[in-house]
Amino acid sequence: MTTMVTTKPSMWKNYSTWANRHRKWLFASPAMIFVGLLIAVPLGWTLYLSVTDSEGSVRAASNLVGFSNYVEVLTDTDRFWPAVMRTFVFTGGALAIELVLGMCIALLLWRPFRGEKWVRVAILLPLVATPVAVGMMWRLIFDPNIGFANQVLSWIGIPAQPWLSGQYTALPTLMFVDIWQWTPMVVLMLLAGLTSLSDEPDEAARIDGANAWQRFWFVTLPLLRATVIVTIVLRGIDALKTFDILYATKGKGGGSFHEVETLNIYAFGLSFDYNDYGIASTVLILFFLLIIAIMWVLTYRRKANRS
Amino acid sequence: MTTTLPARPVTQTPRPVAIAPRRRKPRAYKIFRVVALTLTVLLFVAPLVWMFVASLKTNVDIYDASKTLFFTPTLDNYDNVLSRNNYFGFIFNSFWVALLSTVFSLLIGVPAAYAMSRFAMHRSALVVLMARIIPGVSLLVPWYFIFANMRMVGGFGVLILSHMFVALPLIVYIMISYFDSTPLELEEQAQVDGLTHIGAFLRITLPLSVPGLATAGILSFIFSWNNFMFALVLSGANTKTLPVAIFNFVSYASIDWGSLMAAAVVVTVPIMVIALFTQKYIVSGLTAGATKG
Repeated sequence: MTTMVTTKPSMWKNYSTWANRHRKWLFASPAMIFVGLLIAVPLGWTLYLSVTDSEGSVRAASNLVGFSNYVEVLTDTDRFWPAVMRTFVFTGGALAIELVLGMCIALLLWRPFRGEKWVRVAILLPLVATPVAVGMMWRLIFDPNIGFANQVLSWIGIPAQPWLSGQYTALPTLMFVDIWQWTPMVVLMLLAGLTSLSDEPDEAARIDGANAWQRFWFVTLPLLRATVIVTIVLRGIDALKTFDILYATKGKGGGSFHEVETLNIYAFGLSFDYNDYGIASTVLILFFLLIIAIMWVLTYRRKANRS
Repeated sequence: MTTTLPARPVTQTPRPVAIAPRRRKPRAYKIFRVVALTLTVLLFVAPLVWMFVASLKTNVDIYDASKTLFFTPTLDNYDNVLSRNNYFGFIFNSFWVALLSTVFSLLIGVPAAYAMSRFAMHRSALVVLMARIIPGVSLLVPWYFIFANMRMVGGFGVLILSHMFVALPLIVYIMISYFDSTPLELEEQAQVDGLTHIGAFLRITLPLSVPGLATAGILSFIFSWNNFMFALVLSGANTKTLPVAIFNFVSYASIDWGSLMAAAVVVTVPIMVIALFTQKYIVSGLTAGATKG
């Protein structure tokens, strides 16, 4: 027996022992490093750009300007604050309707029925459809001249609406598109919550003589609380960051009056249409802080309620 | 491997069996329910049908209100999109970017999710999930210039990396909740039988997690296929993905509605076919964490 033969397996064994001992970080680190490099470095850079007057090209000479970008953005009542308001109106409005409508549909689907499978497939379709294609689809349906929406209105005697091309109708129309695409997501989440509930509290309330509305409001809804909050958090994050349908239907700057320009669209336009990186980074940092703050409030309240 | 492994159901919440006898619902409620369900299905499906119908019309017919439903179908729009506008190329791009970003994300995301689940690494998990919260635009400017310096913008590499950024948090999120609900006993049993920790993960836990892996993989493929913003900035003429191609379709003078709808059908139909066959997995992935609170 030579030493060669005995060292080989023992070396392998050493590696194996080492790997097993450090498996926690061995497993976790590739993903953590990937996310760290792709987030931490760019985010640091964005933070740096937000205190410079960088413009045109990131490599062009720029000066540190301190917090003047922040002052400029926070006092900008022309583009920034309207964009903040649109972001809130879009997210809050769409989310509220999605929750109510989603709850109604989830309750309809809750108890088994014939053809259940087909209904579930039907509500899954908008959810997986490519948002850009969805935007184009609604652009045709809402076209003021040839769209089906105005055709339906004319049948029932309502004058034609400008929909996506109107200064005041564009944002509500796009909220409708968001509701069409994402209510199914809310339905699926709430349905998962509903099916995990035990029947007993509902039965007990029924025996005590509660009617259907009372049983929903005082029994089912409080039990669903956690699911509803998770739904609001997940859907809320995505709704705040909505980009595809807005950009695909209205293009740069959210239309000629900036009528659908949310924070995300504003920041994207500043970055890639106007190359105004300093201001763009400032807007993005503020947007990011806003999202974090909303998430913190939601999860903080959740913890406070639990304990 | 023991022979009596309990197969874990894909849907996490089995439908509860009615315990107490239920009072008969009145007839009016039944009728209401059927009507409401029909309206729901119509609301969600009719626009998609409309898109498909319009893709079979000539532009003259689309502009003619009298031909809303009765017209002579034509495949000219598809011919225009597929053969004259190189959509086969875009399909090819979208497919490879989605597939490779999914595979790479699974390779690094699944072990990470396993470690985060087994060692309760909540803070590390939060770091990965941050990627889901951060607005993508805030990373795009730095990415663009870093990758431009490396001469990678316009190539497949940067597209795959950026799509991994979407796929990885999703996979980690789904797999953590999957591993959380996988029993530890089988792994411990395997270690008693002489497997190492990593061996037990590779030979016992991973094969048992195939439904979870399928869920995470399918969803990550769909999200990458549908992604628009990253490809809009980072793709080049030869690496354009389908959503960007559709967006560019309308930037020319007047809109060719028929072809635009055909292009929209081309991008959505593959994903819908996948969804039809993998419905169970998609639903369980989208609702992961819904009942945990």
